[in-house]
Amino acid sequence: MNVVLLGATRGTGRALARLLAARGDRLFLLGRHPEELTASARDLEVRAGTAAGAIGTAPCDLLDPASAAPALDAAFAALGRVDAVIVTAGLFATQEALEADPALTRRVLEADFSGTVLFCEAARERLLAQGGGTLCVFSSVAGERGRKPVVLYGAAKAGLSRYLEGLDHRFHARGLRVICVKPGFIRTSMTEGLPEPPFAADPERVARDVLRGLARGRPVVWTPPVWRWVMLVIRLLPRALMRRLGF
Amino acid sequence: MFGRGAARLAGWGGISVPGREVRSEDLLAVARTVPLTRGLGRSYGDSSLPPPGATAVAGSTRADRILAFDPESGRLRAEAGLSLRELAWFFLPRGWFPPVVPGTQYVTLGGMVAADVHGKNHHVAGTFGRHVTALRLLTASGEVVTCSRTHEPELFRGTLGGMGLTGHILDVELTLVRIPSPWIVQETQRLANLEALLDGLNASARAWPHTVCWLDALAAGDALGRGVLMRGRWAEPGEAPTQPPAPRRGPLVPFQFPGWALNDLSVRAFNALYRSLHPRQPRRSVVHPEKFFWPLDAVRHWNRIYGARGFTQFQCVLPEEERPGATRRFLTEVARRGGSSFLCVLKDCGEQGEGLLSFLRPGVSVALDLPVRRTTRALVEALADVVIAEGGRIFLAKDAFLRADQFAALEPRLAAFNRLRDHWDPERRLRSAQSVRLLGDPA
Repeated sequence: MNVVLLGATRGTGRALARLLAARGDRLFLLGRHPEELTASARDLEVRAGTAAGAIGTAPCDLLDPASAAPALDAAFAALGRVDAVIVTAGLFATQEALEADPALTRRVLEADFSGTVLFCEAARERLLAQGGGTLCVFSSVAGERGRKPVVLYGAAKAGLSRYLEGLDHRFHARGLRVICVKPGFIRTSMTEGLPEPPFAADPERVARDVLRGLARGRPVVWTPPVWRWVMLVIRLLPRALMRRLGF
Repeated sequence: MFGRGAARLAGWGGISVPGREVRSEDLLAVARTVPLTRGLGRSYGDSSLPPPGATAVAGSTRADRILAFDPESGRLRAEAGLSLRELAWFFLPRGWFPPVVPGTQYVTLGGMVAADVHGKNHHVAGTFGRHVTALRLLTASGEVVTCSRTHEPELFRGTLGGMGLTGHILDVELTLVRIPSPWIVQETQRLANLEALLDGLNASARAWPHTVCWLDALAAGDALGRGVLMRGRWAEPGEAPTQPPAPRRGPLVPFQFPGWALNDLSVRAFNALYRSLHPRQPRRSVVHPEKFFWPLDAVRHWNRIYGARGFTQFQCVLPEEERPGATRRFLTEVARRGGSSFLCVLKDCGEQGEGLLSFLRPGVSVALDLPVRRTTRALVEALADVVIAEGGRIFLAKDAFLRADQFAALEPRLAAFNRLRDHWDPERRLRSAQSVRLLGDPA
């Protein structure tokens, strides 16, 4: 497959890119820091056994929507046909940190909702123009229900999940495959130092689940899969009970 | 929620101090905020633990990218948090292997440099540092310095075996070696006493690049030093299975054993059983590299068998050539004091490493696992006195109990190391629980 990744320099994106490189996929990396992109590209090239420079990179920032179009153009030009665009990038902050800092709240909401949506719009346009392809985007189980510990982050992810669902309905017939990944707590630097909730997973585990989801073309990938059933129950809980729970 | 204020950090021996580990792909950024960087925390004692008063150390394991590899020369540059397991298993099927590997694959490149680790091939390959060609460090002043044998050579040498005290190790450049196949030809043989073991090591040194002995540390008198000699080399393609070996993931010790589980009787039973499994005549077989290099990794969290009080390891090198009988005198003292060592490993050593504090020197290395008991400190101190009297050395990566005055007596090179630190880190910003204990760093 030819794959464009936004967010592959770190965490789950890094783990996913390594799996893709190891199986011989052709990659193109997008991200905020050029030197980080280059270092990650070299790592993936060695792991893939390809020559230095085989993996292209371009700067792209979810907080700068104007960066999406030129970055994607560079990726499509380098790869020719693109089979999948994968977005693992995003921001996270605890509810307490967000409540104390409106500027941070704005950045998180922009990166995780409007920034991601605008990037997806640019990617969707280009995938449709070549006759279709897969758009795989990391949302979160936090978007499934309004909850005390993730009011703001959860709201952004809820919006993103809804957008991806609508996108799937709107363009499915034209060959666009939209995959919304809903992970629980992943042990990455984004969550470093936070107390670990149940079903916490390593990025490598999540990456394997996403790869399986990509192969099967499932519109929603719960990872670890137990979250599908946990969230089924959570969604059914009466509001009065949710209000009493700390969850 | 889970009492983050009470977070504790431990070495492999299980002895812990208050503190936590902060990990990030951006090791440089987190290292700037802490006095020490640790890798996978496999040093046994307090080498990777924060000094008193510090709340955190940086963890390098997320900085694990391979930055360059030249398939012609084997030259590899990678971030310091890359684990040996990842590195070895990526390169094994491609015909390359790290030139020196320690007894576990769960270590990082940075940790291997900081402890200047050695392996079963020390008599021919030296320590890990011999094969390192460049290091990128974050020094105490906040400067990022690339050092090598030609550029800032003193800093380079000080960092090999410098226990992370000369700078946070960010990147490591080393040269991998070509291997004819990913399998090992191994020979094992049971031997009756210490002299037979030392002769066995000596006789095997030329033909076999990897040699080591397991020893029954509880045996005394005529049987003192009885054990099993193991020697190995990479199999030639014709001798090896055609399928490459796969990394193994063995069973896990799920919980800490109760303190009484490991006692004189159970250790004696284990030692007898282990010895009886090996023949009197050399037995040759082709084995999985994991079984040969990292047999203990087969049981994950094997350290839990030592219970909640944990254990320590005592590893020393004794100058057998200059002081014939030094190993016998040391083992006699061990047997007399009955340290209940489950695991005792003996190895003949080659040249001293280049590092200012590189542990090994020519002689015989002895490593003992000691469960922590009320008497352990006294035992370690007494054994250290024997090593001091024999003119030997003790491995910092294993140590948790040595006294500062004993370390000073063991280490004539300490002054040079201190001078290097005076130059790069006069305020001693970089320090560990161990450096406070042994080098007099401020708490």
